[in-house]
Amino acid sequence: MPAPTTLSARNLVRFHGKRRVVDDVSLELRRGEVLGLLGHNGAGKSTTLMMLSGALQPNSGSVAVCDFDLARRADLGKACLGFLPEHPPLYRDMRVDDQLLFAARLHKVSKAQLPEYLELTKRRCGLLDWGPRLIGELSKGYQQRVGIAQAIIHQPAVVILDEPTVGLDPAQIRDIRTLISELGDSSSVILSTHLLHEVEQVCDRAVILREGRSIFNGTLDELRAHSDIESSFLRLNADAESEHA
Amino acid sequence: MIRTLARKDLHTLFSAPSTWMMLALLQFILGWFFLARLDDYLQVQTQLAQMDDAPGATISIAAPLANLLALLLLMLTPLFSMRLIAEERRNQTWLLLATSPLSSAQIVLGKFSGLLALLSLVILAAVAMMALLALGTRADIGLILCNLLGLWLLAAAYAALGLYFSAVSRQPVVAAFTALAVSVTLWLLDMAGGLLRALSPNTHFQNLNSGLLSSADIAYFVLFCTFFLMLTIHHLRRERGGH
Repeated sequence: MPAPTTLSARNLVRFHGKRRVVDDVSLELRRGEVLGLLGHNGAGKSTTLMMLSGALQPNSGSVAVCDFDLARRADLGKACLGFLPEHPPLYRDMRVDDQLLFAARLHKVSKAQLPEYLELTKRRCGLLDWGPRLIGELSKGYQQRVGIAQAIIHQPAVVILDEPTVGLDPAQIRDIRTLISELGDSSSVILSTHLLHEVEQVCDRAVILREGRSIFNGTLDELRAHSDIESSFLRLNADAESEHA
Repeated sequence: MIRTLARKDLHTLFSAPSTWMMLALLQFILGWFFLARLDDYLQVQTQLAQMDDAPGATISIAAPLANLLALLLLMLTPLFSMRLIAEERRNQTWLLLATSPLSSAQIVLGKFSGLLALLSLVILAAVAMMALLALGTRADIGLILCNLLGLWLLAAAYAALGLYFSAVSRQPVVAAFTALAVSVTLWLLDMAGGLLRALSPNTHFQNLNSGLLSSADIAYFVLFCTFFLMLTIHHLRRERGGH
């Protein structure tokens, strides 16, 4: 029996002015799955993630998180969701503990559960000794950890990460990828990236976007069916370009 | 949820050194003005004693102090309100709120309450100064309470107006200048005649400042706040919807 669906997006369309930046994108995420959202810069990844996270509403189409339609029951749907945007939404003048507690309270974690959730999240993200530190004083790698921690502190069913390893050094990238793999054991994860080997290392399935349209949606084995993943990615993009021409 | 956001915003406002500097300067100006008025009053007290209908200490000292604070609130509130939404956008922390289960209305009310809590502290400090008159004379408590209400309603009006301009501006400084320009224009409408004069917050504050408690003035401030808060909620919803 397949795992239950935690996030489902149907025929998403979003315009910026008159330009259609996301065009008829559909995807589905099941419990315990890590989905890679691939595409060149400007392919519509971030806009798609903003719609999946409820920050933007689609001009048409729908998003449901844990069976709650974000257009109708946004409060319940968003409570099941954790989001790390490309730039971590961190208050530089706050201490790590305060930021995490604030994020937890926003996501309706009860007062009784706050200490336990805080401790668990800091342990998972390697922040146990960093609670009293000001966020503005942390290195980029640790700020990224705090960014992930604020996205998962309420133990959401779906975690959305937009380019979480950009700008990090190799050791930090390794740590973050390990953390993402661990997250996939308890939650469903959508990982946006333009790094193919990152998708290969941590994802179960991939969706490839090009100029706002989905040109591939399947397992990594399907993507690798005829050649290595990089060649498949380039071939799919070239096919889409020739079709467009 | 609204309280969580209001507490966070109050914490953010108090963690900025500029807030403390502005509050210290405000207290200095108010304290200096209070003592100057008190001194003036004491000097003419003997002459006032001979008059049949002499003004009391409260109307001579506390009411002008409240009037000064009203003017200072007009100038200071945009400096606090500019940060509320525009700065969250600039620092890219806005997405934490936009992707949380908070609705646009809850975000707006949380931010409004946080700023109003800060302004309430400023007003209470000034009212405590006015209440000091009770140590040396029989203070008109009704007039002081009327001024407290007037100042609080005026602060709420400026906070709602500043919040709207913070939502529509990309840069906090632009938000502050626009809110200030609109507030000053509204203030100046007090000098106009007819209907325009009725649109000025100052007109309605002056009634409360002189001890005239009227439901029309209270209704004006409630409507003023509701109008700008609704406008802000509408703007945020529109922005999310992209229409």
